[in-house]
Amino acid sequence: MAKDEKDNVDRRGALECMIWAGTGVLWTLAGGVPRSSLLGTSEAKAQAASGFTFLQISDSHIGFKQAPNPNPLATLEEAISKVGALPQTPAFMIHTGDITHLSKSEEFDNADQVIGKAKLDTFYVPGEHDLIDENPGTAYLERYARRTQAKGTGWYSFDKNGVHFVGLVNVANLKAGGMGSLGAEQLAWLTDDLKGKSASTPIVLFAHIPFWTVYAEWGWGTDDSAQALDLVKRFGSVTVLNGHIHQIMQKVEGTVTFHTARSTAFPMPAPGTAPGPGPMKVPKDRLRSVLGINTVEVKQGTQPLAITDSDLTKV
Amino acid sequence: MSLLRDSQCAFAAGAVVCCVVYAATALPAETRASIENFMFKPDTITVPVGTTVVWQNDDEIPHTVTSVDGTFHSSPLDTKDKFSFTFDKGGTFEYFCRLHPRMKGKVVVAAANGGTVR
Repeated sequence: MAKDEKDNVDRRGALECMIWAGTGVLWTLAGGVPRSSLLGTSEAKAQAASGFTFLQISDSHIGFKQAPNPNPLATLEEAISKVGALPQTPAFMIHTGDITHLSKSEEFDNADQVIGKAKLDTFYVPGEHDLIDENPGTAYLERYARRTQAKGTGWYSFDKNGVHFVGLVNVANLKAGGMGSLGAEQLAWLTDDLKGKSASTPIVLFAHIPFWTVYAEWGWGTDDSAQALDLVKRFGSVTVLNGHIHQIMQKVEGTVTFHTARSTAFPMPAPGTAPGPGPMKVPKDRLRSVLGINTVEVKQGTQPLAITDSDLTKV
Repeated sequence: MSLLRDSQCAFAAGAVVCCVVYAATALPAETRASIENFMFKPDTITVPVGTTVVWQNDDEIPHTVTSVDGTFHSSPLDTKDKFSFTFDKGGTFEYFCRLHPRMKGKVVVAAANGGTVR
């Protein structure tokens, strides 16, 4: 594991280190170059002390009742209870979708109630499981759109401490045979939203389905994300946070870092290792090690973002 | 005796004819399809007009049966839930799952000809 005394750690090396260690690794981007350190070292503590952090949770699937986890509300509650134990109280939380399993109102209610226990401002984007009510998307928008003045199927943006956050929806109006989709209206809005922002503004895009093609055969990608990524390529630091695949995956391309989060409900198989992207059955004593939340840290100045994944076995 | 016997035969024969006619004209055919491992099985169903297709979700994740042209759409089907649709017009109906749009299927409905009804 590379210590951060060096200024120019090889990007791939840092990334590989982080994935190998699994959890509990803090990594930062300094001027676009990732640096890593282990949680618990003094450097990590110093990092934790400055800037602000926010949480990403994803794929709570409240209403799911099968193996390997017939009680996703309980594991969501466990994940939320860990929020209080974090070394730095997060400024807010982002949920990257599939809040519910079947878009039922009691599922939304239960999720809201448990997530509310974190006492954090929470910003949502829907997953495809959140838009299957009778008038698709109505239940989701009724609950979450007004606060953020979301447009269309639920997209919006906000600023926190100089970082520009954009919540995007790539799970609505999906076409037969396709993957995720943003659509022309949302892309036009995004063009407008980013106009005039200085290239040194750190950007965080968050949406449910991954913005890079993790595995097309399972629909793990977004057909028109290239257009969105084109719009942000002029920025010095872009982070894309996604969910949907119920496992951690990372990719760095130029100034853009992509990260997908674990689910708090159930894991999914690695691409191509199972007949389909369904729930991956794991023994009960392993379940919590494959569910989790992650903390994203923003340092002021030239070191934008550090992402730390924690599984539910960690205190 | 023989008259009684003849009457019984006639009655039985009549009943059999009624049954055959009834069976031939009463219930439309039903075809079953399954959804499993993120696939519609079979992915192409060919049926005569008037057939009811019944899909059952045998997968562990909800799916929908949603036609591309809007002719039919199920609510989300949880595991073991069923959706039926009776095809009373000929044509080719492509459909997919709204949650997992890579999942596709097709129902080919042959228009009825003459008096052939199954």
